[in-house]
Amino acid sequence: MIKYLSRMGRQTLTLFTYLGGLSTLGLETIFCIFIPPIKKERIFEQAKQIGLDSLFIVSLVAFFTGMILALQTAYLMKKLSSEIYIASIIALSLTRELGPVLTALIVAGRSGAAITAEIGTMTVTEQVDALKTLATNPVKYLVVPRFIALTLMLPILTIYADLIGIYGGYIIGVNRLSISPSMYLATTFDTLVNKDIITGLIKAVFFGMIISLVACYEGLNVEGGAEGVGKSTTKSVVTTFIFIIVADCFFTALFYFFF
Amino acid sequence: MIEIKGLTKKFGDFLVLDSLDLKIETGETKVIIGRSGCGKSVLLKHIVRLLDPDAGIVLVDGQDISKLDSKKMNQLHMKIGMVFQGGALFDSLSVWENVGFVLREYSTLKEKEIRERVKEALSLVNLYDVEDKMPSELSGGMKKRVSLARALCVRPQIILYDEPTTGIDPITADAINALIDELHDKLKVTSIVVTHDMRSAYKVADNIAMLYQGKIIAEGTPDEIRYTHDPVVHQFITGAAHGPITNQDQGKE
Ligand SMILES: Nc1ncnc2c1ncn2[C@@H]1O[C@H](COP(=O)(O)OP(=O)(O)OP(=O)(O)O)[C@@H](O)[C@H]1O
Ligand SMILES: [Mg+2]
Repeated sequence: MIKYLSRMGRQTLTLFTYLGGLSTLGLETIFCIFIPPIKKERIFEQAKQIGLDSLFIVSLVAFFTGMILALQTAYLMKKLSSEIYIASIIALSLTRELGPVLTALIVAGRSGAAITAEIGTMTVTEQVDALKTLATNPVKYLVVPRFIALTLMLPILTIYADLIGIYGGYIIGVNRLSISPSMYLATTFDTLVNKDIITGLIKAVFFGMIISLVACYEGLNVEGGAEGVGKSTTKSVVTTFIFIIVADCFFTALFYFFF
Repeated sequence: MIEIKGLTKKFGDFLVLDSLDLKIETGETKVIIGRSGCGKSVLLKHIVRLLDPDAGIVLVDGQDISKLDSKKMNQLHMKIGMVFQGGALFDSLSVWENVGFVLREYSTLKEKEIRERVKEALSLVNLYDVEDKMPSELSGGMKKRVSLARALCVRPQIILYDEPTTGIDPITADAINALIDELHDKLKVTSIVVTHDMRSAYKVADNIAMLYQGKIIAEGTPDEIRYTHDPVVHQFITGAAHGPITNQDQGKE
């Protein structure tokens, strides 16, 4: 029993140390954003990479998710004989929930992992130390561009995923569930209000921050050689997944009760 | 002048530096010798504050570097060039971008002028026509020389070399020794050279210090070290397998 408690204590402590380290990095990053110069090319480069990395998988996943949603809701709505709601349910679940979360998970797996591996390799080969001796703050040089790029790219990719998902639902709705195209589109866009889209995008912005900060934090704190980089990369993805889901639950509750 | 007082560093329970004192005069070339794993790189990293000591202080020109704010620290870093043991080149940047890193980031020089400076720095280390290569396309010795060129490019007043001649052929090694000497004679650069290459040590040093079990156990001119009576130093410089240093000493607390 005591053993169990002490283990739990230690784990809580580790969690808090981790969160502490992460928020320190977050604060330093935000602080560094306001110190000129900000090199736009570097941000643009990162953003391009992130977009290219994830565009295809996001398309695929969003498209299929749209179709699956259509079929699953059709099953229920048929029972309640209210098929006209299919389009709106799809639109709402995508913009409010699935669009941002699925996009974030994909980007975490692709770009988050890549960032940890890259920065981690730089850490173990002393490139991060070299940056410091060249009078360059690694947070400013490495973290800031990735942080800004991810924070901008996630909402963009999310909007894209929403649209593709709606299109997937549309294909099933129109071709298999015989809803008329104009009817489908009308119900989709009538139900959606700004609030739905905005709450989804707010989530996306925060997910972007989470992915970049966790990925960079893990990369900068790699210990050991190549093996350490591998471990940190896995840990970075898993941690990001957990944080995203927890943050998602938090935001969903917040928006539900307060907006 | 660089002064190190009572420097102590532990990694876990493992005591690497044990209240170490060392003084490097301005314009002097100090060579630090010692066995692999004895803490030479760790010592250098404390001088540029890549590691924080558990106890003790490092003074550069009379300033305690642990008290400098980040702006002052950056200014100090601009005065110090560090050549890492493994080169530590940025592998996402080409050779010229590596060597001209500081100029590209912080100066208003045009690309053409920076390339000129880079070329000049590379020629000092006997490298030609490698500007547009990536670090992965270079041999280990070339990487180390590019790293040296990167340190030189900011025209530092202090240069820290972590084993500049290890893994380099004897002829190029000699060119590097000559370069260290030249920087010392012409530009009055303060240098700290970590090495196990005794040939290079005798050649470039004004003063040699031996690091052993976390402390400087002997210090003196090359000749004093060469003809020392200290059995530990003697064993090290002659490379004898038998003597007071045994393999058990490695990793001893
Ligand atoms: N970041 C670290 N964490 C834990 N231990 C470390 C760390 N850095 C160095 N050490 C330990 O400190 C000791 C000294 O390391 P250091 O790199 O200074 O050796 P060195 O004298 O430079 O050896 P070499 O000549 O092989 O480069 C080693 O035993 C090493 O295991
Ligand atoms: Mg070393």
